[in-house]
Amino acid sequence: MARIRIENLHKAFGDFTAVRDSTFTIEDGEFFVMLGPSGCGKTTTLRMIAGLELPTSGSIRLDDEEVSFRRASERDIAFVFQLFALYPHMDVRANMGFPLKCDGLARAEIRARVEEAARLLRIDHLLDRSVSGLAGGDLQRVALGRAIVRRPKAFLMDEPLGVLDTELREVMIGELRALHTRLGATTVYVTHDQLEAMAIADRIAVMNHGVVEQIGRPQEVYDRPASLFVADFIGSPPMNLLPVPGGLAPGDHAIRVGEAMVAVPILREPADGDLVLGVRPEHVRLDDAGAVRGEVYGAEYLGTTQIVTFATGLGTIRARLPSAVPVRTGERVGLSFRSEKLSLFQAADGRALRTALHEAPVAGGRAHG
Amino acid sequence: MPAAGLSTAHSIVEPTPLARRIAGTIVIAYAVLALIPLVWIGLTSIKSPPDSISYPPKVLPWVDFEPTIEGYCNLFTTRSRQTPEYIASLPPADDRCEALARGKGMVVVGPSNYVPRFVNSVVIAFGSTVLAVVLGTLAAYGFSRFRVPLKDDLLFFILSTRMMPPIAVAIPIFLMYRELGLSDTRLGMILLYTSVNVSLAVWLLKGFIDEIPREYEEAAMIDGYTRLQAFVKVVLPQATTGIAATAIFCLIFAWNEYAFAVLLTSGSAQTAPPFIPIIIGEGGQDWPAVAAGTTLFLLPILAFTILLRKQLLRGITFGAVRK
Repeated sequence: MARIRIENLHKAFGDFTAVRDSTFTIEDGEFFVMLGPSGCGKTTTLRMIAGLELPTSGSIRLDDEEVSFRRASERDIAFVFQLFALYPHMDVRANMGFPLKCDGLARAEIRARVEEAARLLRIDHLLDRSVSGLAGGDLQRVALGRAIVRRPKAFLMDEPLGVLDTELREVMIGELRALHTRLGATTVYVTHDQLEAMAIADRIAVMNHGVVEQIGRPQEVYDRPASLFVADFIGSPPMNLLPVPGGLAPGDHAIRVGEAMVAVPILREPADGDLVLGVRPEHVRLDDAGAVRGEVYGAEYLGTTQIVTFATGLGTIRARLPSAVPVRTGERVGLSFRSEKLSLFQAADGRALRTALHEAPVAGGRAHG
Repeated sequence: MPAAGLSTAHSIVEPTPLARRIAGTIVIAYAVLALIPLVWIGLTSIKSPPDSISYPPKVLPWVDFEPTIEGYCNLFTTRSRQTPEYIASLPPADDRCEALARGKGMVVVGPSNYVPRFVNSVVIAFGSTVLAVVLGTLAAYGFSRFRVPLKDDLLFFILSTRMMPPIAVAIPIFLMYRELGLSDTRLGMILLYTSVNVSLAVWLLKGFIDEIPREYEEAAMIDGYTRLQAFVKVVLPQATTGIAATAIFCLIFAWNEYAFAVLLTSGSAQTAPPFIPIIIGEGGQDWPAVAAGTTLFLLPILAFTILLRKQLLRGITFGAVRK
C-alpha cells in the first residue's frame, strides 16, 4: 500500500490547461475522492497518477519513488474504468486473471488468486461466463476483481459507478466502502457526483478549472466550504448565496442583509469588497420575528423533509424544513438563519473569509486508520 | 421503402408478413437478375464451341445441347493439328481431353498457361492484400490513437490518392516500372496493388479502430503490457471483423484488376484477367474455354467471401448500430 504525493502537477493540452499546479498528498490506506464538474481536471490528474498521461511539469511520488514519467505498467497500480474496459473476447476468469498473466505468474497461482478475489466479490459463480452477457453491477464487480487480484499499491477509479442506475449505485457504494475497509488499500476515486463522493470518501478534493479548490473530510467540505465554487457545488439543493455589502473588520459578528441585520460567526479578518453570505438550506428556519421577509414560492416534498422555495427581496432562498411544517404557496413569512453555521465569501475571488466557523470542531466524521 | 413497415432509423418495428413477402420477392428478383450472367458463363463453359455461338441460344443442358468438358480441356491444354494418318498411328488416348482433341484432328502437346497465370493471380492478390491490411492496420491504429502532426492533412492525402482513376497514372507508372525493372514481375504488381489498396485499408480500419474504446489498451498497459503487446493481444482480436471486411475489399480489387495487369504484365507475372480473354481457339475466340477460365476464376473469391460472410456483414454495418 502506498502514499501518493502530488507536487506542483501541471498538465496542458495545447492552449488548454487541464490541471494547474496541484499539490496534495493521499495518505496510505485512504479513500480519496476527486470531485468536480466535467472538464475540471480530475480525470486528467487520475490518469497522470496512473501513467496514462504524462505531466507537463511537476512530480508524482508513489511512497517515496518518483514515478511521474514511468510507464503505467511499472507503477504497480490498478485502474478501474468508467466503462469497465473488460476485454470482450475473454471470459470473466480470463479477464480477472489478465494482469497476473501479464506478470507471468504460474497458471495454478493465477487460478487460486482469481478465485479468491471472485469469492470476495461474490462473483465466483460467474467465472466461466462471457463478459458480454453480464449485468452492470456484475461487470463492475469483475472490473474490481481484475483490479484487486494483483494486490497493487493503489486503486485508481474513474467514475466506476457512472453508468449504473441509481439503485445499483447505492448498493455498489456500500460494497466499495466494505471492500476498502477489508483491503485497506489506498484508493483514488474520481466522480462528478457529490452525493457519491460524500458517501464514500475519507477525504474529498474539490476541483474546478484545473485547480484544487478545497481538500478535506466530507463534513469539512460541506460545513466549511473554502470557496464560493465549493459552496455552490456541494449540497443538494446547493447553499443559498446572498449578496451582502462588505466593509467589515475583525471581531464583527453581524452583517446587513437587505433591510435586516443578520448575526454571523465572528470575523477573524477584515473584508473590504462586496461579500456573499452562504446559508445551507437546513440552516434556514421559519421565524415570524425573522429579519428576512419572503413569500412561499413552492415546495418539494422529500419524505421526512421538504425543500421550500421563498421569493425574498434578496433573491430566491431555499430551505430544508421538516415535512410536518405546513406551508402554503403565496403565504408571507419571516425567515431566520442559524448564525453560527453561516459562511462568508469575498465576491471578487470567491474565497471564504476566516470566521469563528473555522474554529468549531467538525461534527461527525469517519474514523480513518 | 419505409412505408412497408421496415425498420427506420429511430425505431425497430417488426416487419409485417406482407412486408416480408415484398422484401423477399425483391431480393429474389434481384438475385436472379444478378445471377443470369454468372449462370450463362457457367453454361457456356460446358458447351461445345458451335453450341456456344448458335442462334437461337441453347439454354438447357441435356435438352438443348449435350454438356462437354471440351471448354475445360481447351483451357488447360495446348493442342496442335495433325494428319489423320499420324493420329491413327498413335496408341489409344489415355484421357478424355486427348480423346476429344483427336476427334477434332488434333493432339494435346502440353499444358496451357492458365495454371501459371492463375497462380500469379493468387500470389499477387493475396500478397498485396496481406501487405495492404498489415500496413493499413498499423497506420490506422497510429492515426486513431496518437497525436499525429498534420493528421487531418495526411489522412486527406491518403484518401486523395483514390480520387483520380488509377489508369490516369498508367503511363508514368509504366515508365517508372520499366526503369526500375519491376515490369512484368510479381513484386511489382504486389507493390502496385498494395499502394492502391492501402489508402482504402487505412480509412476503413481507422473507422473500426476508432470504435474500439481505448480503455481496453489502457487497462492492458496498466496491467503490465507494453503498447505493442496491448495492440496485439487486445486491439487486434477486437478488430478482426474490420480486418476481415477490409481484406475482402482489398482482395476483390486486386483479384479483378485488369487495366494495369494488361499494361504491366505480359509474360511471367501475367495475372488471369488479361490472360482469359485472349484464349484463342481455331478459327476465332474459344468461348467455352474463356467461360471455363472465368468460372474457375470466380471460385476463390466466392469461397473467401462465404468463409468470411459473417465478418463481412458485421463489418459493413459496423458503427451503424450502437450497442
